[in-house]
Amino acid sequence: MNWVEENKKKAGKTKVILIIISVLFVFFMLVFPLVSVIANSLKEGFGYYIQSLNTKYVKSALLVTLLATVIAVIVNTFFGLLAGWLLTKFSFKGKQVLATLIDIPFSISPVIAGLAFIMTFGRLGWANPILESINQALGTDIQIVFALPGVVLATIFVTFPFVSREIIPVLNTQGKDEEEAAALMGAGGFTIFRKITFPHIKWATIYGVILCTARALGEFGAVAALSKTRGKTFTLPLEIDALYLAGSSDSITAAFSVSSLLVIIAIIVLILRNFFEHSEKVKGEKKEG
Amino acid sequence: MYVELKGINKNYGDYQATKDANFGIEKGSLVALLGPSGSGKTTILRMIAGLETPDSGDIIIDGKRVNDIAPADRGIGFVFQSYALFRYMTVYENIAFGLELKKVPKAKIKERVQELLELTSLKGLEDRYPNQLSGGQRQRVAFARALAPNPSLLLLDEPFAAIDAKVRQELRTWLRKMIYKVGITSIFVTHDQDEAVEVADQIIVTNKGRIEQIGSPLDIYKNPETPFVTEFIGQSSVIEDYHRFHGFEKGNYQGAVIRPEFVEVFKRDNREFNNYIDLSEEGEIIDILFRGNSLELTVDLHGVMITAHRSLERREVKVGEKVRVLIYRLFAFDEDRAYLLENENLKGRNINIDNLESYLYNEEYDFFVI
Ligand SMILES: Nc1ncnc2c1ncn2[C@@H]1O[C@H](COP(=O)(O)OP(=O)(O)OP(=O)(O)O)[C@@H](O)[C@H]1O
Ligand SMILES: [Mg+2]
Repeated sequence: MNWVEENKKKAGKTKVILIIISVLFVFFMLVFPLVSVIANSLKEGFGYYIQSLNTKYVKSALLVTLLATVIAVIVNTFFGLLAGWLLTKFSFKGKQVLATLIDIPFSISPVIAGLAFIMTFGRLGWANPILESINQALGTDIQIVFALPGVVLATIFVTFPFVSREIIPVLNTQGKDEEEAAALMGAGGFTIFRKITFPHIKWATIYGVILCTARALGEFGAVAALSKTRGKTFTLPLEIDALYLAGSSDSITAAFSVSSLLVIIAIIVLILRNFFEHSEKVKGEKKEG
Repeated sequence: MYVELKGINKNYGDYQATKDANFGIEKGSLVALLGPSGSGKTTILRMIAGLETPDSGDIIIDGKRVNDIAPADRGIGFVFQSYALFRYMTVYENIAFGLELKKVPKAKIKERVQELLELTSLKGLEDRYPNQLSGGQRQRVAFARALAPNPSLLLLDEPFAAIDAKVRQELRTWLRKMIYKVGITSIFVTHDQDEAVEVADQIIVTNKGRIEQIGSPLDIYKNPETPFVTEFIGQSSVIEDYHRFHGFEKGNYQGAVIRPEFVEVFKRDNREFNNYIDLSEEGEIIDILFRGNSLELTVDLHGVMITAHRSLERREVKVGEKVRVLIYRLFAFDEDRAYLLENENLKGRNINIDNLESYLYNEEYDFFVI
């Protein structure tokens, strides 16, 4: 046996070992727990499963979750595109600082984010007088902390960087020549963005939106700090927590049922992601050819 | 003057990229901005286009000061170094883009694009995307796109840089022809002197943000005005103790440049130069490069390396061979000017110049640089 073959055989062994470790890891850390969620949710039968989803609390939580997610995704997509565009196509003082600030939600614990909002908009927060004077002037009663706006704000905060982080690398590699060429021909800022910049980042944006959605759906910590009313401002993860903490075996099964809802949504998001990734790849190959 | 720069300065932070640039360009001429990398060529081009703003000075196009006019309204076509074709648009859409922005009617756009496709021999490729084109084709698309809105001034940043050597040669000729056909005033940036000499009818030499010299290729070649141009143009070897050669006296110069056309390399037993042996230097051939139609010799004159050309028609030479070298003239320079010095010993003597490389420099002959 010569050394080439020997090497090949060694490489083959390494591959097998790596595969086994990865599969075991993924199985015990991800698949097994997720399957047990589904299994547990069906423990009392399908009828009970449906019934446990069909409560006032769960419906409200689903609604709140979807509302917060949709708003967060819209706001962060808009902001992410804006920031990505700004950070890659313009140069100005403090650009680096801004880029770092945008990443803060990645590195700060969501609970801290929630508390930060309480310290800002809560009764003792520095922005509370402003809020109150606005309410007085308009005759409204807008509350942020422990109310829906707080939930939405927390979700936005936590999912803030997803879109911009996806598109910035793409925009960076692309340079600004194309934009300059278009500007020289008389294209305005928005036309340039729509016709030149956006096609480059279309897929990255979609990808960012998907990640942002997944994260927004599952947010717990930040929202938990700002949402205290079950059936009103609770999101699905909070509802699951409440059900689980109730402690009776029925409510624990219900907690699993609601969890399975999130798992299903997550799986749909994953499938969408793979679909987009795949179609981008196919498109890329077609263009190369 | 169609384009004029008056006292242009430009700083990037505390780096001065353009220092007091002044020049004028005639309508219809094809001008090269030539200089080493980082000498500020692109900066000047971008300021004319309006992509950068000068810190001070005036840019005048067609008699109007354009400093405060938007880039799009300056009537300029720009070909980027990397072409900057719109990747997600077809060739057709690329060329049509500028016209669409100008709200030209669809039928007119179609007509104009067809015209340009024909001009640039790109017919049949209009539905391709830029990454489905060769380098040369991309360059032609960039050219067509820049010309589409009928600009009155065409700016090209290193139009050949991204193209391999063989195609580059063809494209040079093509571009020159094309620009004359269209009749548009053009400025192109290059750091390749062959390219500048071959394509342009005026050359602006830049160095360290300064304009060193402006003139025809012939002018720049024959009468370099500054030490930098003297060194930069041609295959020049810079020498400090030029005065140790026969026929040259020490003057108030810092150094000198000997171009290959300035010297004659001959074997000791050459009858033609029999009378000149005493006036020549002793040298040793260090290196021989085959240059297709001639040989390029590196000769060591007791520590001074010079470059010389040798016709293939003449007797063979070898590395290590001792030869004689006659120096006809050289460019000497001081702080800020260059001077042509003739070999004093050869004055009034009648060398049979027909065999010589230096015929290029004789007054009776037309001067060509190839
Ligand atoms: N945006 C910028 N910020 C800071 N410095 C710059 C910028 N653009 C150019 N420079 C500097 O200005 C100098 C001139 O640059 P320029 O691009 O005009 O050179 P060039 O002659 O075109 O060189 P090349 O042949 O390499 O393209 C360089 O030293 C460069 O580093
Ligand atoms: Mg340049």
